[in-house]
Amino acid sequence: MNPVIMDGKGLHRTVVRLSHEIEERNEGFHDVVLIGVKRGGEVVARRIAEYVMRTEGLALPCAGIDISMTRDDLVSAFFVPEAERNEPGFSLEGKTVVLCDDILHTGRSAVAGVEAIFRLGRPAKVQLLVLIDRGGRELPVRADYVGKNVPTSRAEYIDVHFTELGSGEDTLTIVRREKA
Amino acid sequence: MTQKDVLGLRDLSAADITEILDLGMNMKKLLRQNIKKLPHLQGKSVTTLFYENSTRTRCSFELAAKYMGAHVVNIAAATSSVQKGETLVDTGKTLDAMRNDVIVIRHPMGGAPKLLAETVKAHVVNAGDGMNEHPSQALLDMLTMREHFGGIAGLKVAILGDISHSRVAKSNLFGLTKLGAEVRMFAPRTLLPTAIDKMGAKVCASREEAVSGADVVMGLRIQLERQHAGNFPSLGEYAKYYGVNEGVLRAAKPNAIVMHPGPVNRGVELTSALIDGDMSRIEDQVLSGIAVRMAILFLLTKEEV
Amino acid sequence: MIFKNADVVLAGGVERLDIRVEGGKIAELAPKLKGEGVDCTGLTVFPAFIDMHVHLREPGFEKKEDIESGSRAAVRGGFSQICCMPNTKPVIDNKVVVTYIKARAKEVGLCKVQPIGAITAGQEGKNLSSIGAMKAAGIVALSEDGKSVVSTGLMANAMMYAADFGLKCLCHCEDSSLVDGGVVNEGYYSTLTGLKGSIRAAEDIIIAREICLAESLSLPVHICHVSTYSGVQLIREAKARGVQVTAETCPHYFTLTDEVIANFDTNTKVNPPIREERDRLAIIEGLKDGTLDCIVTDHAPHHEDDKNVEYNLAAFGISGLETSFALSYTQLVKGGELTLPALARAMSKNPADILGLEGGEIAVGKVADLTFVDLNEQWTVDPKQFASKGKNTPFAGRAVYGRVKRTVVDGEVKYEEKRK
Repeated sequence: MNPVIMDGKGLHRTVVRLSHEIEERNEGFHDVVLIGVKRGGEVVARRIAEYVMRTEGLALPCAGIDISMTRDDLVSAFFVPEAERNEPGFSLEGKTVVLCDDILHTGRSAVAGVEAIFRLGRPAKVQLLVLIDRGGRELPVRADYVGKNVPTSRAEYIDVHFTELGSGEDTLTIVRREKA
Repeated sequence: MTQKDVLGLRDLSAADITEILDLGMNMKKLLRQNIKKLPHLQGKSVTTLFYENSTRTRCSFELAAKYMGAHVVNIAAATSSVQKGETLVDTGKTLDAMRNDVIVIRHPMGGAPKLLAETVKAHVVNAGDGMNEHPSQALLDMLTMREHFGGIAGLKVAILGDISHSRVAKSNLFGLTKLGAEVRMFAPRTLLPTAIDKMGAKVCASREEAVSGADVVMGLRIQLERQHAGNFPSLGEYAKYYGVNEGVLRAAKPNAIVMHPGPVNRGVELTSALIDGDMSRIEDQVLSGIAVRMAILFLLTKEEV
Repeated sequence: MIFKNADVVLAGGVERLDIRVEGGKIAELAPKLKGEGVDCTGLTVFPAFIDMHVHLREPGFEKKEDIESGSRAAVRGGFSQICCMPNTKPVIDNKVVVTYIKARAKEVGLCKVQPIGAITAGQEGKNLSSIGAMKAAGIVALSEDGKSVVSTGLMANAMMYAADFGLKCLCHCEDSSLVDGGVVNEGYYSTLTGLKGSIRAAEDIIIAREICLAESLSLPVHICHVSTYSGVQLIREAKARGVQVTAETCPHYFTLTDEVIANFDTNTKVNPPIREERDRLAIIEGLKDGTLDCIVTDHAPHHEDDKNVEYNLAAFGISGLETSFALSYTQLVKGGELTLPALARAMSKNPADILGLEGGEIAVGKVADLTFVDLNEQWTVDPKQFASKGKNTPFAGRAVYGRVKRTVVDGEVKYEEKRK
């Protein structure tokens, strides 16, 4: 059995805490919008929006973002990704964007996410929120909100399951890579 | 992609054609979502070298290159300079010395892109050479068919019009037969090239025979100058005996599509009702054109860092 | 000088003989002559070849070829006499150019160069050129080479007027309205490449016209570089009726088919175009039954600049002097189609007879124009080795048999292959 680092209840508690941290840091939810990196990060963003709606009665603007066209390996990896057009349905101009992702590792997705956000407009601030920070940064990136710090080695990865993405339950587990 | 250049579908393998179409499908999906800022040709230069007038093909190549971030230079070489000025080989050497990565050439003489490709280090893409080939046009036609039908193999494609002077018909014939489609052709005998049946085309005796049970009905442009050359008496007579109208199209399969590489002579090759009708994919062909050209440019240049 | 132990190609067969040459003539021809001599064991001796269809380009196009380089190519190919076509600049349509060419050839001193005069002034198809004056200066025939005389009436007059001076017209047969910009044979490969084709009728119609004129006027006519099966048949039928028609073809027409154009190699661009297998076989049949009298080269040297361009813009022509014998021997004799004496007739005796030139046979008292060949030597065509300035050949890299080792003109050795 792979070690579970977060189950459904744990995830809920983390979402609650992170929602309050956002509120605390921004002195409320004024001008806060949530952007989740597709697809895991979008789930996290929507869970936060849902919680704020339920407890505060506030509908935070929330959308997923496809970062495949802003990946830094697009040219050197010699491929053309299948991408979706980013149309959040609300303006990011002058907003405080909380960029949500499930895992923070090298920092490359976060940068691609920021790049994708900038193609949509010029927010006042971008803050980074992650469920798990597993360390191993390759870029100068630091999260503003962290659900849990789980230092991992390169030989491991974190398997993420969300009910919204077709899993029976929410679980995040550490998996050791099979040696090739 | 196993070739340095795309000169024609005669020398492209089925695997290479399929690779271009696979990527073309993806490119088209991106374009449909209006995603047209790709970094894949950043830092590369693409020159279009056109010895023949063509707004649509040149524009399509230019946008394809620009959507992927290439630097694009357009050279419209007057046809007269072919006879008088610098030779093609010398022009090629100059463009090569300028570190062009891709040269897209259109030329009134068959084999000119091949001569250029043998001269330069840059990748050469044939955008139409004389009566020889027009590979990107055939590939975009095939992409349009593949998207509509899900595949090429087994399709029955009827090509009608000036086949004799059509590089499009030939590139389509080579490409479609390589992927397992049946290609039928029908034209006045004066506009049908010698021995085309020996290249795998099914030459039909009437337009009804060509269209009967067809999945795709493709019209090719009839130029007025062919009338002056005595290939047929008048455009009116052509339309009456050789053109495709709704009556003729009824023999095709119910979900058949109508295609034309453009520019169309309304009421000559195809009636307006067909050009503007539900079965027409003529506008979709234009989008396929950019997609397939993006795929070609990317596949040719991707192996180099 | 005595050439000993050579296999001599005579009219009736091949015999091992010694040849004594004296004063430019063959003085003795018998086995085991007395006296020292050059041992020719293993070599076959032909009456030196005569090419009645060559382009020497001088004056005017010396970048492509000149009389010296062309003569060098000729003796290297085993030719003692070559007849040069009038499409120079200026055109050979007056005695001055004729005199110049003869003088220049004599100065070069390798092979005999016989000028052919243009039928019409400037090859413009309007007025007859100064035929009498050119005859006096030394032309051996008339030709409008590169095109036909468009006006049939003028052509009829030319044949009649030429006959008064004992000259024949050598006819390039091409109906330009049918060719209409065609650069290759109309067929599978013209469609495949999209290169504009020209149909056989473009050649045949003019062959038929010249035959009709010769028959009506009871005058001789010679048909140049026949390339079509149907043209061969027209000539065969005319000969059977007794029309005074003779004809020639070239090695590329009985060696190649139009498949060679598939990759746009401009060295395959020649006029008339290389045609199909049916034509190739008919040309061989025509040579076998005597319908086609001679093998000529239509040696058309060009500079690389004239060929390293688009197919449509490339110049027509093949540099042929240095491959003609080997291609003919390989294709026809080794291929079992012709005997050695028949090949000697096609490359030497018949051209001499048609134009009334000396040479053409090895016999006592005849001019000592001799070509020594090693029939067993296999070699590969390499245009870089050509003496001709024209490296344009579709045969580069082809393995052939029969290597010219020595060419003797008027009893003097004018070419001897360097020992390796």
